[in-house]
Amino acid sequence: MRKHLVQTDCFRHKEELIRVGLQVVSVVTLLILVGIFLFLFINAFDVFSTLSLKEFLLGREWNPIAYGQPLWGILGLLKGTFMVTFGGLLLALPIGLSTALYLSFVASRKVREIIKPVIELIASIPSVVLGLLGIVFLSPFIAQIFGLPSGLNALSASIVVAIMILPTIISISEDVLSSLPSTFMEASLALGATKWQTIKMVLFPAARSGILAAIMLALGRAVGETMAVLMVAGNARAFPSSFFDPVRPMTATIAIEIKEVVQGSFHYHALFAIGLVLFLLTFLINLIGDLIISKQVKKYRW
Amino acid sequence: MVTKQVQQSIIFFLFSLASWFSVALLLFIVAFVFSKGVPVISWTFLTSFWSHLDITSGGIIQALLGTVYLGIGVIVFSLPIGVLTAIYLQEYAKDSLFTRIISLTVRNLAGVPSIVYGMFGLAFFVLLLNFGTSLLAASCTLSIMTIPWIITSTQEALKAVPFSFREGSYALGATKWQTIRRNVLPHATSGILTGSIIGVSRALGETAPIIMVGATFFMDYLPHSVFDKFMALPYHLFILATQHADPLAQTYAMGVAVVLILFIFVLNLGSFYVRYRIRSMKKW
Repeated sequence: MRKHLVQTDCFRHKEELIRVGLQVVSVVTLLILVGIFLFLFINAFDVFSTLSLKEFLLGREWNPIAYGQPLWGILGLLKGTFMVTFGGLLLALPIGLSTALYLSFVASRKVREIIKPVIELIASIPSVVLGLLGIVFLSPFIAQIFGLPSGLNALSASIVVAIMILPTIISISEDVLSSLPSTFMEASLALGATKWQTIKMVLFPAARSGILAAIMLALGRAVGETMAVLMVAGNARAFPSSFFDPVRPMTATIAIEIKEVVQGSFHYHALFAIGLVLFLLTFLINLIGDLIISKQVKKYRW
Repeated sequence: MVTKQVQQSIIFFLFSLASWFSVALLLFIVAFVFSKGVPVISWTFLTSFWSHLDITSGGIIQALLGTVYLGIGVIVFSLPIGVLTAIYLQEYAKDSLFTRIISLTVRNLAGVPSIVYGMFGLAFFVLLLNFGTSLLAASCTLSIMTIPWIITSTQEALKAVPFSFREGSYALGATKWQTIRRNVLPHATSGILTGSIIGVSRALGETAPIIMVGATFFMDYLPHSVFDKFMALPYHLFILATQHADPLAQTYAMGVAVVLILFIFVLNLGSFYVRYRIRSMKKW
């Protein structure tokens, strides 16, 4: 009897040990997130002790290697990022939403089983391959259509980014749309509405916030996209004014310059400051998307 | 009423066009890359060392093996941490503030841009821990990028195991850990593996982070230790496409692209297949 008790006790200790062990491991993720923020912040700190936030964020010119008077304004880079991001979103949104609606409400099971893996495969194409296609096929094509000397510009980069975020928009919107209770559709059809009227007036409005979340998450991806943009956007330092101008988004600037700078120099720290801006921006976008999704899920959990 | 029906057909037709557009897009991308890249590929291209001066005579074995080594490194670091965290979140954690913070962290980590992971890797693994620009630093950097994906797919796999499996085991007097290890994990293994394979294959396609933490365009030997630099397919492709003077460089970049796409598609399709087989075998 006593032996038995000891054994149970031993089991209980072991169980407790395993639980605590697993809990400790799961803290690693939190440490990573906090670590990323801290390391970016520490490395960027030097910059903000010299430059004012206004000079950094609103300065129109980024020219770290100028003799005498290097310039550290990232407004042009920010504008490049926004142009490519919103251009990509504008192109991907109509196609992505139509596809999500089609897959959730119209397509037969067989069609769905063809298209869904295809979309997963598009998501798995490395961005560097899309960048290569952008250089070899897309930008000469754009240059020819619009009669430009070079097709490496914000428009080409937007198209490549659109391809990259299409799978995100489709799969998240489709999840949201499919999670709507089937009673919505049934009730509306029973009242004599057509399927399209039901989608337009009942289902789409009900899923609106979830779709907004899908857009936010796609936006986060587009802002952080590096390789395709680096290869296709043209990377001129001049302040961009139209979609036919070459742009230099924040991600591309970091990727180009970080291999060439002296570690510990002001330039090095300035690149970390751009990284910090990028991190905070995507963090905020994802957080908002996440909040919207959890609200949506709670609303229709029945 | 007829007009409404007509309107509906037109709109649904447009929707279907949009959906098939994705299929056309994938086919076009794959066809374009393959038509340009396949002629370059030969046994020599796949198995011999890269020749720096005459790119037509050499191969990409260092880059191919470099990517394989990197894949092994990523699995070694990210799989245990990812799976254990998912087990904790799915099986042990109660709905507390701690749990909610960890879940939120996981979702947010998945959205951090890859280049930011690269900067963190540079500042932490390369400089602070003094790994140098190396295979080890790159494996660690890509691992922390992969962990959130592995956590999410492992949680899904654990969720899919019916609750009655756990209750049955408890009823026989098993402890929680015994239940998880003997009665839950075996049934979730396929889901965990497929999710992890997809996560790792995505990490291996990344270029931006490894630029900073250890990839190099050319070395005439294979890495001897984890502290050596390495060549990798995506970085090789990037340099060939943008910074190589040889007029044939872009064609050879297409050849590398074919190998990279096949590498990743085979991993992905393999995991689709495993998932499909396992699903049709399950009886519950």
